Amino acid sequence: MKSSVITFPGSNCDRDMDVALKKFGFKNKMVWHNDIELPKSDLVVLPGGFSYGDYLRCGSVASKSKIMQSVINFAKSGGMVMGICNGFQILVESGLVPGVLLRNKYLAFICKNVFVKLDNKNNHYFKNLDKDIFEFHIAHNEGNYFCTPEQLKEIEDNNQIAIYYCNNLGKIEEKFNPNGSIKNIAGIFNKEKNVLGMMPHPERMIDNCLSGEDGSLFFKNLINSIK
Amino acid sequence: MKISAIITLKKDVLDPQGKVIHQTLEDMNFKNINEVRQGKYFEIDVKENDPKKAKEIVEDMCKKLLANLVIENYKIIEIQ
Repeated sequence: MKSSVITFPGSNCDRDMDVALKKFGFKNKMVWHNDIELPKSDLVVLPGGFSYGDYLRCGSVASKSKIMQSVINFAKSGGMVMGICNGFQILVESGLVPGVLLRNKYLAFICKNVFVKLDNKNNHYFKNLDKDIFEFHIAHNEGNYFCTPEQLKEIEDNNQIAIYYCNNLGKIEEKFNPNGSIKNIAGIFNKEKNVLGMMPHPERMIDNCLSGEDGSLFFKNLINSIK
Repeated sequence: MKISAIITLKKDVLDPQGKVIHQTLEDMNFKNINEVRQGKYFEIDVKENDPKKAKEIVEDMCKKLLANLVIENYKIIEIQ
């Protein structure tokens, strides 16, 4: 399985993602934002970081970079595109997933482990995972998911909510919402479920000595479900 | 020709920075505030001398990059 990780100026989780993808069997290529052609890929990842210094709005400048037109075409033809953290912000700014990510409600940069609950396993990202609650890491200043009431209705009608912030038992309540996101939303799909954007970092949970193993479960399942 | 654009958050979008500024102003004894909303201001020198055309160019920029229309409104405010 071939993957591509796009590096923007200011990306800082691109190499972590490269390590994670390779650890679980992907043949990964790093792709520079100024490239025009995307290498042949089964999965494209927009990594976390602070692309273009988060100038204007997080992800807005990256969403207009040269490689993004190829990424958008790849996604529109059904290719799998995953955006993590700043990658999620780039996805919303490029219009591949609905909504926007606002400044965290309590204005603090949040860096901690959280629990998330999967809502919908009828997609390549989560199918065959045998548990619903995962412990992932978040580190962001703008992760407060927001959309219009009309968009929210459409997202819910199409089962586009991918993961919710919850507690270790899977309870989805406001007190387990770290950043003020509407409905505790931590990640969403596009309508077709081939594009996934999420704030949590599964690539930070792939080594039992340093963290948990929930990221390992995610990546092992991901490569098997793409095959 | 210089065109200015102001980008503001839409009415229903939470503006935590505006709230903090409001609170700070009140703490400084500015007691007569209803609300503070923070926005962005752009001054763009466009290579175009026709005011109507210059405004249209900046409006297009607002729609495509400067504002995110899910959460923000834009206003072209002045021509110099």
